[in-house]
Amino acid sequence: MEIPYTVSNRPDTGLWNAKIGIWLFLASEVMLFGGLFSAYIFLRIDAPPGHWPHGLLNVPVGTMNTAILIASSVTVVLAWAALKMRKYRAYWWYMLITILCGVIFLTVKLVYEWPDKFQHFGAYLKPAALEKYEQYLGNHHLEEKGLPLRTEITGHLHNKEALKDPNIHEYEVAVDPIYADPTNPQMDRPHFWPKHATDKIVTIEKADVERAGFFTPDHNTFFATYFTITGLHGLHVLGGVLVFIYMWLPVSKKIYQRNPEHLANRVEVSGLFWHFVDLIWIFVFPLFYLL
Amino acid sequence: MDASASLETHHDPHHHDAGHDHHELGFWRKYIFSTDHKVIGIQYGICGLIFLFMGFSLMMLMRWQLAYPGQALPLIGHSLDYIFGKGSMPDGKMAPEFYNTLGAMHGTIMIFLGVVPVAFAAFGNFVVPLQIGAPDMTFPKVNAASFWAFAVGGVIMLVSFFVPGGGAKSGWTSYTPLADIADKGPNFHPLMNGQTLWLIGFIALITSSLLGAVNFITTIIQLRAKGLTWMRLPFFVWAQFVTAFLLLLAFPPLEAAIVMQLMDRLAATSFFLPAGLVINGAPADISGGGSPLLWQHLFWFLGHPEVYVLILPGMGIVAEIIANNSRKPLWGYKSLVFSVLVLGFLSFIVWAHHMWLTGMGSAVSAFFQTTTLIISIPSVIILSAFFISLWGGSIRFNTPMLFATAFLPMFGIGGLTGIPLAFNSADLYLHDTYYVIAHFHYIVAPGTIFALFAGVYFWYPKATGRMMNEFWGKVHFWPSLICMNVIFLPMFLQGMGGMHRRWYDGGQGWAVGADRIWGLTGFQWNTPISWAAWIMGLAQIPFIINFFWSIRHGKKVNDNPWEATTLEWTAPSPPPHGNFVTTPVAYRGPYEYSLPGTDKDFTMQNEPVTPTERTPRKASGEPVLA
Repeated sequence: MEIPYTVSNRPDTGLWNAKIGIWLFLASEVMLFGGLFSAYIFLRIDAPPGHWPHGLLNVPVGTMNTAILIASSVTVVLAWAALKMRKYRAYWWYMLITILCGVIFLTVKLVYEWPDKFQHFGAYLKPAALEKYEQYLGNHHLEEKGLPLRTEITGHLHNKEALKDPNIHEYEVAVDPIYADPTNPQMDRPHFWPKHATDKIVTIEKADVERAGFFTPDHNTFFATYFTITGLHGLHVLGGVLVFIYMWLPVSKKIYQRNPEHLANRVEVSGLFWHFVDLIWIFVFPLFYLL
Repeated sequence: MDASASLETHHDPHHHDAGHDHHELGFWRKYIFSTDHKVIGIQYGICGLIFLFMGFSLMMLMRWQLAYPGQALPLIGHSLDYIFGKGSMPDGKMAPEFYNTLGAMHGTIMIFLGVVPVAFAAFGNFVVPLQIGAPDMTFPKVNAASFWAFAVGGVIMLVSFFVPGGGAKSGWTSYTPLADIADKGPNFHPLMNGQTLWLIGFIALITSSLLGAVNFITTIIQLRAKGLTWMRLPFFVWAQFVTAFLLLLAFPPLEAAIVMQLMDRLAATSFFLPAGLVINGAPADISGGGSPLLWQHLFWFLGHPEVYVLILPGMGIVAEIIANNSRKPLWGYKSLVFSVLVLGFLSFIVWAHHMWLTGMGSAVSAFFQTTTLIISIPSVIILSAFFISLWGGSIRFNTPMLFATAFLPMFGIGGLTGIPLAFNSADLYLHDTYYVIAHFHYIVAPGTIFALFAGVYFWYPKATGRMMNEFWGKVHFWPSLICMNVIFLPMFLQGMGGMHRRWYDGGQGWAVGADRIWGLTGFQWNTPISWAAWIMGLAQIPFIINFFWSIRHGKKVNDNPWEATTLEWTAPSPPPHGNFVTTPVAYRGPYEYSLPGTDKDFTMQNEPVTPTERTPRKASGEPVLA
């Protein structure tokens, strides 16, 4: 006996096997990311004032990546439709575009977004020292307006050796624009277009600092969740791209020649996974970039 | 339909060259890297049984320390120090860290490497496709991948015993912040340390159960034989179906939590580390802001459905064996099916009853207290239906039936003693005492594990074509039953006396322990308990010998030695690759025993309905009550 319904539908359920399988798998994935998003909620609610940065990520780049993923979701459907119409050549091109979209997304993430964070420096100030750095923080101004106060000075660290060398007693930071002009009402809220770093060097004494470092996962719970969730999402994108490459290569053409419906089913199933990965990003983007 | 045409091709099981899909495979492909659900089921079963005995052995070591704290373990104490690394058993005496490792790994191995692989993966793999009349699982390669992911997870867990510093020590629950900061420091490797390996091993095990769960559900939905409608499914299949959903949906949040704990340990994040944490008198170099409660929520979101993952397959096995050996239809089939579905659903909304003492707040506690009490209703329905099924039956007390009937009161004790724990006011007192240990072990040890033994004895002739020895089966059963109760019954007394479950010295230095319970103090009760545990270890020897001896020397039997009704007994024993000689078709419900108007007391599911039967019946799946 052979396993039935691998390609054709079972009459009473109206489904072939892998279609049920992928939906179940996606249900499980929902729970996986659900666990991570509930961690996001827990940690964000628990975060002390000033420890959950707003508007820190690059919104235009995030928007572009969102558009790329959505576009790839469209092309994968077109690829599937082309197979259904038995147009292998069109399928080949649509699949190529889908793969390229996935690769561009990952490249932006790994070449630009993540390394940018690893170069960015932040120093949380001790509560007693906040007044000392008032000219950079502008907390009096924020207090008047009823906005959340700032406890961290961020920018680019000039003397990187200060992180390791205990004989150096201060950090020299080329601060982000917000700290160069903290009372400017324009700085009260995050911007869509990120402002370029300034040349203004602020010297922060180590004795005034509670905790300082680059924007790595251990910097605060925001970056911990950011890197974990985008990292896991990135692994999903990578997995999808690898599967698509397999289906785009000549190996899969043999399946097409044997039974075109078989390849169409495979593309449908992996396309469902791809839409799911896209959907997760639709949650990731507002949670980290916008809110 | 071309699929059904190939289904009906007649294959002689003994001549594998007959069909185009039948070709002889080499030893490695046939027995090791097989994609056949029966081989995978047996692989899971044997690995799981070995892990069960390993986990039990860890506990037998702990029982020495509890009964004779601080004394050198005779005979093997010194060699254990050599095997598990210097300092684990110095001079044959158990070190506290090693005791913690044994405790944590006992729980982990028993649940995730022992009971779940045997109850869900082994029985599910071997029996479910046969019972639904399918040639295999829907995704045979995924099935093999599931087993090998399990094997990788098991090896990682075993390796963790032998890395510097020993295995995980923070309990099978790995509560944070303790587990976050455990096994760290100059004496530990950053990656190859007990707790980190525990986490990595777990990711492999979760992958395995995810692949298995997807496969099981799809198989049950898609590959049911013609005529095998949902209400004609054997109860065992229903139990596995719900179990698969629990694994599918409850494990991923734990995986998320495990990824976060790995990040905490490897990337120095603070998911579960609160601000201001002081370790060994020094403020920790962490960002803080994390939530230890978050771990507990995510852990128990798996942890509680997991309890039902442990028990539901056991209930399924017991249902099959009770119906078969009482020669009566299972009583209340429909209510059993709906109970198991309700149980599966409710098991997702009771998890926080493991966290009464974390200060969640009374509103949250009240909610979870309510759901916890509601979930006892379907459990009681299932147990009652099993008891009523015995009523008026002509019961055969063979070995599987002995284990299955012992399951009923044992599970009953375990379940009823859980009700005081469901009330948070009573739990204030009983929390973290031996009472809790006794409660859940009554469900899992003499409950589930007895059901597993019952299943092994019951389906052994299907897997091998030979019976296990009845006499040695009984020699296995009676000492196991007595020892189980000598082990766990006194623990209720110890726990109600206030004995804490995590004491390394067995409560020797415990002031309240001078009170006597039935002539012995709480501490003194450890001695008979420990001896019962070791005797129970000996009582497993007849089973082990019987299991392997019967493969070649057991009594040869026909395809249906128990005179059972479900479809797996229509296949040859052992079933060939592809399972059935002719395509099975189901014409009736799963438990048509002692049907009036028939000349034998069992009517198999593939026997067409004859005019002599007392017809018509109410619904297709409704068993006829004799």
